Amino acid sequence: MATLEIRDLHVSVETDAGDREILRGVDLTVRSGETHAIMGPNGSGKSTLAYSVAGHPKYKITGGTVTLDGEDVLAMSVDERARAGLFLAMQYPVEVPGVSVSNFLRTSVTAVRGEAPKLRTWVKEMRSSMDELSMDPAFAERSVNEGFSGGEKKRHEILQMQLLKPKIAILDETDSGLDVDALRIVSEGVNRVKESGEVGTLLITHYTRILRYIRPDFVHVFVDGRVVAEGGAELADQLESEGYDSYVKAAAAS
Amino acid sequence: MTVTDTGASNLSAAVEGRPVPTGREEAWRFTPLPRLRGLHQSVEGAAQAEVVADLAPELRLELVDTASLPAASGPVETPAALALAATERSVVVTVPREAEASATSVLRITGTGTDRPAVSHIVVRAEAFSKAVVVLEHTGSATLSANVDVELGDGASLTLLSLQAWDDDAVHLGRQHAVVGRDASFRSFIASFGGDTVRLVPTVEYSAPGGSAELFGIYFADAGQHLEHRSLVDHAVPHCRSDVLFKGALRGDAEAGERGIARSVWVGDVIIRAAAVGTDTYELNRNLVLTDAARADSVPNLEIETGEIVGAGHASATGRFDDEQLFYLQARGIPADIATQLVVRGFFADVVARLGEPEWEQRLLDAIDGELGFAPEAADADQEDPQ
Ligand SMILES: Nc1ncnc2c1ncn2[C@@H]1O[C@H](COP(=O)(O)OP(=O)(O)OP(=O)(O)O)[C@@H](O)[C@H]1O
Ligand SMILES: [Mg+2]
Repeated sequence: MATLEIRDLHVSVETDAGDREILRGVDLTVRSGETHAIMGPNGSGKSTLAYSVAGHPKYKITGGTVTLDGEDVLAMSVDERARAGLFLAMQYPVEVPGVSVSNFLRTSVTAVRGEAPKLRTWVKEMRSSMDELSMDPAFAERSVNEGFSGGEKKRHEILQMQLLKPKIAILDETDSGLDVDALRIVSEGVNRVKESGEVGTLLITHYTRILRYIRPDFVHVFVDGRVVAEGGAELADQLESEGYDSYVKAAAAS
Repeated sequence: MTVTDTGASNLSAAVEGRPVPTGREEAWRFTPLPRLRGLHQSVEGAAQAEVVADLAPELRLELVDTASLPAASGPVETPAALALAATERSVVVTVPREAEASATSVLRITGTGTDRPAVSHIVVRAEAFSKAVVVLEHTGSATLSANVDVELGDGASLTLLSLQAWDDDAVHLGRQHAVVGRDASFRSFIASFGGDTVRLVPTVEYSAPGGSAELFGIYFADAGQHLEHRSLVDHAVPHCRSDVLFKGALRGDAEAGERGIARSVWVGDVIIRAAAVGTDTYELNRNLVLTDAARADSVPNLEIETGEIVGAGHASATGRFDDEQLFYLQARGIPADIATQLVVRGFFADVVARLGEPEWEQRLLDAIDGELGFAPEAADADQEDPQ
C-alpha cells in the first residue's frame, strides 16, 4: 500500500523575463490501486506537475511538499525517486543514440530492483513484455527512442512501466498520437500492471478515449496551475462534451 | 588549402633548411608548441624507440636501415622529416601476397621516460590480396616523434589501429601515411586517450583506381590534455572512396584554470583533384562536451577540382552533453554516473563498432570507461549467469 501526497505545491520555471510561477498550489493524493485522471487545457501545467514530481532540474519548487509513504520526495535525486517507486511515462520521450533498448532496460531494471536479473529469465521477461505490447523484438537492438514513431515511443514507455512495476505511475499524455489499435494495446499494458500489482496511476490526458479503456476512480480538472474541480468518472464525460470553458472563466475570475 | 608542407624527395637533403614551425602556420596554429619539449625543432640525440612485435605467423618482420629506404611519400612536415632523418632502423612488417593473417598483430611502443626525445619508423606493407589487422599500441611515458608508412598492394585489405594509451606526461607527434593500391581497402583507426599532447597526421593517397580508405578516430580529452588529429585524403586518381569519421569527448576541470582545459582539434582535409573523377568521399567529426573548461576545434576542408564525382560531403558538430538524456535515464532509476557512462559509450558506439575486432573494441570501451572514472567492466558482466 503506497501513497503519493502532493500538498500545496508551487513550482516556477526560469524564463528570460524572470521566474514564472506555473503551479500555484496543487493538492493531490494518489494511493495504490487508484486511478486518477488529470484533465486540463494546453499550458495549464499538467506536464510541469509530472516533471516536478519526477525531479526534472528545470522546475524550481518554491513551496509545498511531495511525499511517498511519508518520505520526502523533493529531497531525493531523480534516480532515487525512480528507485523509490515513482515512474513517469513522458509526453516526449528522449532519444539516446547508441544505447540499445535492451541495454537500457536491463540497466534500469537492475537499478530499480537492486540486483541484476538473471540473464536467461530476463531475456524471456523482456521478450514477452514486448510481445504483449506488439513490439517487434528487433526494437531491443535499436537505440533508445531513436527514430521511433510517436506511437512506438509510447509503447516503449509502457514497456518500461511493465518491467519496473512502480508504486505510483504518472502517464503524461500517453494516449496522444496513438491510433485506436495502439491505444488499446497501450491501455491493456497499463491495465496489466494495475492488475498484477498495487500501482497507483495518475493519467494526464486531454481526451476521454483512453478513459474508456482505463477507468478512472477520480477525475481532476486542472486549470492555470491548480486543481479547480474534482469528481468521478462522470466528470470526464462532462468535460468531453462541454470543454473547459466554464472552469477557465471561473479560474480567471477568482 | 594549407595542409602540410609537401615534397621531400630525399630525406637528408630535405631536412636542410626546412622551416621550423613557429605556430603561425595554418598547420600548427592550434598546437601548443612550448609543450612539445622541442620535438618540432630538433631531435638531436634522440633515442631509438623500442618496438616489440607480436605478429601473426603469416607476417614477416625485418629491421631495415632507414637511410636505405626510398624517400617517404605524401606530405612530410618538418618534425616528421627530422624524425625520419634521426631514425636508424625502420621496423618493416610485411603481409605476404595473398596471405590472410590468422591473428591480430600487435606492435608495442612502450615509452620509458620523457627526458630524452625518441624517434621511430614503422612500415607496414600489405602485399597484393593480403588481409591483416595490425595494432600499434602506445603506452608509458615518452617524448616521441613517430613515422608510420603503410602500403597496400592491389586488392589488399588492412586495418591499422593506432592506440594512444600513454601516461599523462607523454608527448607524441605522429605522421601516418598510407598509399592505397588498386581496389585495395585501408581502414585506419586512431584512438587517443592518454598523453599530455598528441598530434597525429594520418594521410592517404591512392596509387591506382578503385581504392577505399576509411579513417576512423575516437579521442577523449580530459583536463590539461591537447589531442589533435589532422587527416588528409588526397584523391588524385579516379574511382576511389574515402570515409573519415572522428568522434571525441572532452572533460575539463573548471576549477583548475588554464591547466584544467580539455582541448581537441580535428582538421579534416580532402582534396579531389581534376583527374579524380568518380570520387566518393564523406567526412564527419562530432564532439561531445561534458563540462565547462573544454574547447573542441573542428575544421573540415573539402577542395574539389572536378565536378564528375559520385559524392562529396562533410559535417561537423560540437554539442554539450544533453541533460535531457541524463534526466530520462535517471528517471528510470539509473544513477547519474552510470547514466553518463551509457550516454558517452552510446556516443562512441557506432565508431567503435567499425573496428570489427571484438577484443580491441572492448579495450577501447574500457578506455572510455577509464576516462569517466570507471574500472573496466568485469569480464563476465554480459555472460550467462552461472545458474
Ligand atoms: N522552461 C520553460 N520556460 C518557460 N515556460 C515554460 C517552461 N516550461 C513550461 N513552461 C510554461 O508553463 C506552462 C505549463 O506548461 P506545461 O507543459 O506544464 O503544460 P501542459 O498542461 O502539460 O500543456 P499540454 O496540454 O500542451 O501538454 C506553459 O505555459 C509553458 O509554456
Ligand atoms: Mg503537457
